[in-house]
Amino acid sequence: MKISIKIGADEKKFIDRVSELSGKNVYSCYQCGRCSAGCPFAFDMDILPNQIIRLVQMGLAEEALSCEAINVCASCFTCQSRCPKGIDIASVAEALRQLRDPQEKDFFGPDDVPRELADELPQQALVALFRKLSK
Amino acid sequence: MMGNGKKKKIGIFVCHCGVNIASVVDVERVAKELDGYTDVELSTDYVYMCSEPGQKMILEQIQERGLDGVIIAACSPTLHEKTFQNVAELAGLNPYMVEIANIREQNSWVHTDKEKATDKAVKIVKSMVEKLRGNEHLEPIKVGITRRAMVVGGGVAGLQAALDIADHGYEVVLVEKEPSIGGHMVQLSETFPTLDCSQCIMTPKMVEVSRHPNIKVLTYHEVESISGFVGNFKVRIKKKPKFVDEDLCKLCGDCADVCPQVVPDEFNMGLSFRKAIYLPFPQAIPGAYTLDIDSCLGLLPVRCGKCKDVCDARAIDYDMKEEIIEEEVGAVVLATGYDLYSMQALGEFGGERYEDVINGLEFERILSASGPTGGEVRRPSDGKIPKNIVFIQCCGSRDPELHNSYCSKICCMYTAKHAMLYKHRVHDGNATVFYIDVRAGGKAFDEFYQRTVDEDDVLYMRGKVSKVYKEGDILKVRGVDTLTGKLVEMEADMVVLAMSMVHADGSGELMKKLKVGTDKDGWLAEAHPKLRPVESLNAGFFLAGCAHGPKDIPDTVAQASAAAAKVGDLFARHELLHEPTIVPVIEELCSGCGICISMCPYGARSLDLTKHVVKVNEVLCEGCGACAAACPCGAAQQKNQTDEQIFSMVKAILKG
Repeated sequence: MKISIKIGADEKKFIDRVSELSGKNVYSCYQCGRCSAGCPFAFDMDILPNQIIRLVQMGLAEEALSCEAINVCASCFTCQSRCPKGIDIASVAEALRQLRDPQEKDFFGPDDVPRELADELPQQALVALFRKLSK
Repeated sequence: MMGNGKKKKIGIFVCHCGVNIASVVDVERVAKELDGYTDVELSTDYVYMCSEPGQKMILEQIQERGLDGVIIAACSPTLHEKTFQNVAELAGLNPYMVEIANIREQNSWVHTDKEKATDKAVKIVKSMVEKLRGNEHLEPIKVGITRRAMVVGGGVAGLQAALDIADHGYEVVLVEKEPSIGGHMVQLSETFPTLDCSQCIMTPKMVEVSRHPNIKVLTYHEVESISGFVGNFKVRIKKKPKFVDEDLCKLCGDCADVCPQVVPDEFNMGLSFRKAIYLPFPQAIPGAYTLDIDSCLGLLPVRCGKCKDVCDARAIDYDMKEEIIEEEVGAVVLATGYDLYSMQALGEFGGERYEDVINGLEFERILSASGPTGGEVRRPSDGKIPKNIVFIQCCGSRDPELHNSYCSKICCMYTAKHAMLYKHRVHDGNATVFYIDVRAGGKAFDEFYQRTVDEDDVLYMRGKVSKVYKEGDILKVRGVDTLTGKLVEMEADMVVLAMSMVHADGSGELMKKLKVGTDKDGWLAEAHPKLRPVESLNAGFFLAGCAHGPKDIPDTVAQASAAAAKVGDLFARHELLHEPTIVPVIEELCSGCGICISMCPYGARSLDLTKHVVKVNEVLCEGCGACAAACPCGAAQQKNQTDEQIFSMVKAILKG
């Protein structure tokens, strides 16, 4: 259970990149846990949304990128609508999906999205879907 | 011509401020470049002008060289203008012949390029030379003092301030908008960290205030407006009709017995009911009933009249009218207190939907021996004793995104107290507290919190709650424990929300009327966050208690006493000195258009109807210069800041 913490250039770069991609400063999270408490999919996650943010704050890229939780995240935005510090947690999850290695094959393509649904779904939800299930 | 064409002898003293200025501005070059500038007799630099040797150097140079003006190129005038004016006075120079060239806040602290910053510093100092050449000797305006104070708000802060000022020997007018003094403190059950009974320590103070010969208590009164200036305020106060003569009422209660109108009782936070004619609580002061006209069946054109019929004391008078009374005071202590943030704003916790989700003050009433349940912990919906109780902290606090960004400071402690008192009364009950951090800074505070955990087995859950909902008859709380990283769902018979504190001045109307500054959250702003914490920026106004920001009782009482001491300090002076840098009127130039009157924020200017020119009340004028900028005729000229001086300053800057 022991981890060693080193915030070097690589770690800083990772943290800054996640902040940049998600558009919010991940350092400002004070770990109140409200995102996790309200997440409708947290029951199925290996780690909780607030722990994802914590891993990023600590510069633990490998742990953050390999967690199952970022796949479970449905980009429903419940977390970020409630975050007292205005962190877009779903966007952080999206940033992590973007930073990790892509899937080996396409499980899902644009043609699989019904036209009428494509108009209604939030853009990030669609992007998230492809990132989770496509090359 | 500047300076009446007469040559002046000006001394320039450039300060290094350690490295604060010297690391960015080449102070030696500034001193050198000013040497030989028009009217400059001496130009020098020193590491700390405000130090004892620095001040001594200025004093000696003024006397030796017979300087008739000095410029200190240093920090902002807010910090040391007074210091250097005093030096000048000691040396026999009129203090208004001292000018500060700000080369720190407006230069070294905001620039990095040494070359350019130095050039700018030279320009700033040159412009001040030009200004100083046009300065005239001024004397402060002397004003008398009305040695009588007004305290607004009759909670513990207001009472403490009123008592202290009264004990200093000055008269106090205490204005309270509710029918009784006492404020929130008298509603509380027991107070942390010593668990003394709040009413037991508060009611003697209330009695003392009501009996003090120097204190005039005006309950059910509201401040309407205030005019004047420090030492000499005129206050208009609205007296709301109680319809009951305080002196005649014998507190028999017959009126309330027959009154047919039943409404929620504010003192018990709506957990019980009162009549339209009522006594807020048994120890209310003044001890008299009040007819709440908004709840009464009405007095006009027909009235039920039952209360008057049964009143043997003939205390009830339906013809009482709202009145405006006037008071003259020299200082005002603002102790207007706090309210709780509305539970409606946090809909996910169900505060307005479920009867058994209540706020902290409601729980105080439930715990209080004088409360609706006589101090037994019973829930509002069905009166059952809750076996599982959940406390949620930071409800609306520490949430810059959606609610209030500040910490309400007292909730950690009162929640610990709530949980402890609950366990003392319901031995087989379970208390759980959802928290983010426990902030127990204060004398004996952390020990108190630890006692809650160690001895009373209260379970602290580190995480937020996402929602409180009902499944059948049972409340369910869904949250998280961030320490185990697990989602939590638990049943609760009752939920207590530690709602954020907010200032009690609703839309900020009162402070607008008083023209007193507030901060971004509506709390009263102090003059300086470290060094002047109980004064408002508006002279003559002092702050006490939660009107200034969330505070516990010890801090509130300390601040109230400090505010009272400041009032005493003001009243102990022989007379007040008003800055003479005001804006008079050059009558020959004034067209009487009145533009300046509309610009003046202090009501200092009015039209002289016989001469048809504007006249100025010198003591009201704060020298802001708004009128001078607006006057189309150049008739409004600020002392030592005339148009001519400003133009010459601009010229000096543009010339380089």
